[in-house]
Amino acid sequence: MTLWLPVLAVTISTWALKASGPLAVGGRQLPAAAMKVSALMAPVLLAGLIVVDLGGADWKDLNWQQVVGVVVAGLARTAKAPMLLAILCGIATTAVLRLLLN
Amino acid sequence: MTSDPNGPAKGQIQPRTDDFRRIAFADGMRAGIGPGAATFVLGLAYGAAASIAGWGVVTPLVFSMLSFSSSAQFTLLTTLSAGGAVAAVIAAVLINARYVIMSVALNDSLYGGRWRRALQAQALADASFVVAHRGGGRFDVARLIGATVPQWLGWVTGTAVGLLIAPSAQLMHALGADVTFPAFFLILALDEMRKSRRAMLAALLGASIAGGLLFFVSPGDALLGATAAAVIGAIHGRTLPPTVGADS
Repeated sequence: MTLWLPVLAVTISTWALKASGPLAVGGRQLPAAAMKVSALMAPVLLAGLIVVDLGGADWKDLNWQQVVGVVVAGLARTAKAPMLLAILCGIATTAVLRLLLN
Repeated sequence: MTSDPNGPAKGQIQPRTDDFRRIAFADGMRAGIGPGAATFVLGLAYGAAASIAGWGVVTPLVFSMLSFSSSAQFTLLTTLSAGGAVAAVIAAVLINARYVIMSVALNDSLYGGRWRRALQAQALADASFVVAHRGGGRFDVARLIGATVPQWLGWVTGTAVGLLIAPSAQLMHALGADVTFPAFFLILALDEMRKSRRAMLAALLGASIAGGLLFFVSPGDALLGATAAAVIGAIHGRTLPPTVGADS
């Protein structure tokens, strides 16, 4: 029961956060300035997620083998590889590096 | 597929809105397969970690099915072990605070009444938000929902497999599973940045802000702080070089 309470609290809050736009703004149109901001939100959030995911709190989770794998995945994608193949290239690179160095 | 603004020609069947939505939904599902595979790997890591933490099988599996939020679920799992339940819940909610911004951005593209829109917004996920972005702050809701389906399936089945086979954290690390999500976010970011110079500059600024804030605040707050880059990018949009894509 002690585990279910925080699990339910997080679940319900996630539903509420996702619904917050329609519930708060309703059918009103966003002003043009807000539309400009929302147009840039996806790339900004993605860039932030990459940094936060790689660095962790106070940059203590930074791992160069992981960074190399992520860069390889990005390069593979730039070379027109499909998304899944690009990610697998990155994972394989990191796995091989760790196998060789550990 | 485009429709003739003057109406259908004789003998030509005008595609209905439902047809467009079905096509967009299927298109979104195809676009969601890659992120879904990445989500499966992450779900596997989550299931394994929950198993190691002694959460049993039912609770983490139901949590994944209902919540479908990897960042919040990982945050709750790690902080609950380290501290009190209230602090753990607050941390998990804060890391999901970005959904407020995403939900407001998405709102204009949703359809129906307030509650129907709120229900559609439940399909929000980081990758789906990007897949559904049509440029200029407009989103395709059917594509959003379609892209979320394989990710939800990947997340839930990954959690189940992780709980059942419970691979050790060391094995997941050795196999490079930690590359999955940042790599997947990078690929989505590259696709977004190709749309316009402005998006690229805003993304670089967002990454810099998040990187700087990581020294002072929690990762969830650093991510929220990074969204200031979208505001700065929109304010200074006129002074930036001309766009090369749809996002103008």
